[in-house]
Amino acid sequence: MLRLTAGRVGSLVARRATVALTTSSARMASHGHEVSEIADMSKPMYWDRREIPLPDKRYKDILTPADESLKEKEKGPWGQLSNEEKLALYRLSFCKTYPEMNQSSSEWKTVVAGVLYCIGLTGLVIIWQAAYVSPPAPRTFDAEWQAKQVKRMLDMRVSPIEGFAAKWDYEKGQWK
Amino acid sequence: MFRAVFRLSSTGARCLVRSKPSISAPLASRCYSHGRVETDEEFDARWVTYFSKPDIDAWELRKGMNTLIGYDLVPEAKIVDSALRACRRLNDMASAIRILEAVKDKAGPHKEIYPYLIQELQPTLSELGISTPEQLGMDKL
Repeated sequence: MLRLTAGRVGSLVARRATVALTTSSARMASHGHEVSEIADMSKPMYWDRREIPLPDKRYKDILTPADESLKEKEKGPWGQLSNEEKLALYRLSFCKTYPEMNQSSSEWKTVVAGVLYCIGLTGLVIIWQAAYVSPPAPRTFDAEWQAKQVKRMLDMRVSPIEGFAAKWDYEKGQWK
Repeated sequence: MFRAVFRLSSTGARCLVRSKPSISAPLASRCYSHGRVETDEEFDARWVTYFSKPDIDAWELRKGMNTLIGYDLVPEAKIVDSALRACRRLNDMASAIRILEAVKDKAGPHKEIYPYLIQELQPTLSELGISTPEQLGMDKL
């Protein structure tokens, strides 16, 4: 496999493609911080899921000599394993237990807070816009104009049976 | 089969937990348009046979368990028993404990299923030396 250094490739192609091209052991010389391992999705992966009790691979890939000897002991009668050893064997194969997997988080509070914050911010923007951005209202919105408009509608008997003019008492000259 | 009483889906009810005859459901069949309906006993037998394969390999164990957990039921004690024995043949204690956790999780809100299962499996657990998650303190966070 061609061993291009990250820096050299970086000058030629976009950053994302560079990261993909380099092997996981190479690191960008320009990075000031640690880059997390890119999971190779072509290989079996581990995940903690309720509906997949036994994932495709064991959790811990690299076993220390102590782990190896524990694995050897596992081949014998299990009654000889202590509780700690059984727990250690479990943790070798799996990351989280079912209760740990299923525990709820308080993330929803952050989400609701964020949503309300954004709505509030938007509300402020709208208020500012109404004050400073919107042009003045047309003259038809003036109180005097509106009054004249209502009088005109009553005079021409708009919806006299069930609607507008029906609610006006023409004898008394007031709303019913 | 712990299916019928606890089934939330509407694909028919079956007779179930033999130790509780008061909870009986009509022996209705699935809504297949054709084909035979597999009985609970046949289903159980099929899965027991699957896990009882003497030279079962790790992949088959994983595939079997993941498929079984995918069904809308809690496996019978005898199926879990043969799965645990398969773990023993594969020298995989961790998977045995995981299976117990998975069936407990599968029972969901029906808290009485898991203790019943453990009670049924106790001879096997003692024989193989498998500790339950409760004994290892894994059921607490």
